[in-house]
Amino acid sequence: MALPFTMVAMDGAPTDRDLAAIGLLQDPVRRALYEHVVAAGGEVSRNQAAEAAGVGRGLAAFHLDKLVEAGLLEASFRRLSGRRGPGAGRPAKLYRRAAGEVAASLPPRTYETAAHLLAETVEQTGADLELQAAARRAGVRAGRRQPREGGLAVERLLAARGYEPYRDGAAVRLRNCPFANLSGEFPVLVCAMNLSLIEGLLEGVGEPPGRAVMDPAPGRCCVAVTSKDNQD
Amino acid sequence: MATHHLAQVNIATLRHPLDGPELAGFVAQLEPINALADAAPGFVWRLQTEDGDATAIRPFDDERIMVNLSVWSSLEALRAFVYASRHLGVMRHRRAWFTRMADPYLALWWVPAGTVPTVAEARRRLQLLARSGPTPAAFTFRDPFPEPTGDSAGRSR
Repeated sequence: MALPFTMVAMDGAPTDRDLAAIGLLQDPVRRALYEHVVAAGGEVSRNQAAEAAGVGRGLAAFHLDKLVEAGLLEASFRRLSGRRGPGAGRPAKLYRRAAGEVAASLPPRTYETAAHLLAETVEQTGADLELQAAARRAGVRAGRRQPREGGLAVERLLAARGYEPYRDGAAVRLRNCPFANLSGEFPVLVCAMNLSLIEGLLEGVGEPPGRAVMDPAPGRCCVAVTSKDNQD
Repeated sequence: MATHHLAQVNIATLRHPLDGPELAGFVAQLEPINALADAAPGFVWRLQTEDGDATAIRPFDDERIMVNLSVWSSLEALRAFVYASRHLGVMRHRRAWFTRMADPYLALWWVPAGTVPTVAEARRRLQLLARSGPTPAAFTFRDPFPEPTGDSAGRSR
């Protein structure tokens, strides 16, 4: 996914800020509000979030602002009516998921640094095809482990892996790139790896791997899963 | 109005002849991807022969080396085309079509708006990047430099 260039995150022990942000989500109301904003994929007003979480507007506002303070959400003001000037009313406060990442691993694990070093090495040695083959195999293995009951195995699998799938006509698009920092720095390498991984997941759950296609656009994962096999 | 545009050169060494079966996938994508570039937001110019592409231009001693040379309104416009369009899907096959190069294969630099670079100039920018690393005169996506504010076109700042 082509996100704006991100700084390489520096791994290390979780900061107080990271831990506090994660702790905030323990509250079920805050968790529901956060998940509603994330699932909406764009800006959400206080009223919309309050309704979705089944709480009053004032309580929603309080918790939403806590989430902004913690760096989990970002707020902006905009007039929803599209009118301007006097009489247009006060701009609404809108919330969206913050661009930054919150991560905490206990004990500290520094996979981000390792991933960047490995990606840099694969890039320098030109081992793209070997990486794609490894990703395909890993995808097949993960797909085979997926329980078969019910439909939509692919979507559940993608959701479980953090892709945040959503329906867009006949296609399933992915709101989140689980490799965002890495794909920002090594887009060709990492997006191709990602496509191979998803092809493997499809194969593993018994779907045609050709349903996965590269369909990048700003602000989403580079891969989409179409309703039919596109294998050429 | 921007006073500068971003010039981009990249080179690639063919693993196999362009008219052979190994490169058929690449050749098939030339026209649609070039058309995509021409229509892309921020596209200004690209090097091409009367065939509509630049595959016949082989300016290096090693005639397997092909060159892409283009001009864009901004770094963001170029980045969006390269990494967030169907172009990305084509690039994932790069190792099947082209050998990996030890020296820099892509260089970016700012040119005064309204001018286009020559192939010789592009070669110099690649050499400069190889010699000095990323500088305002020749840089990369990973280590970009902002558009110059004066009219120095990234020569020295």
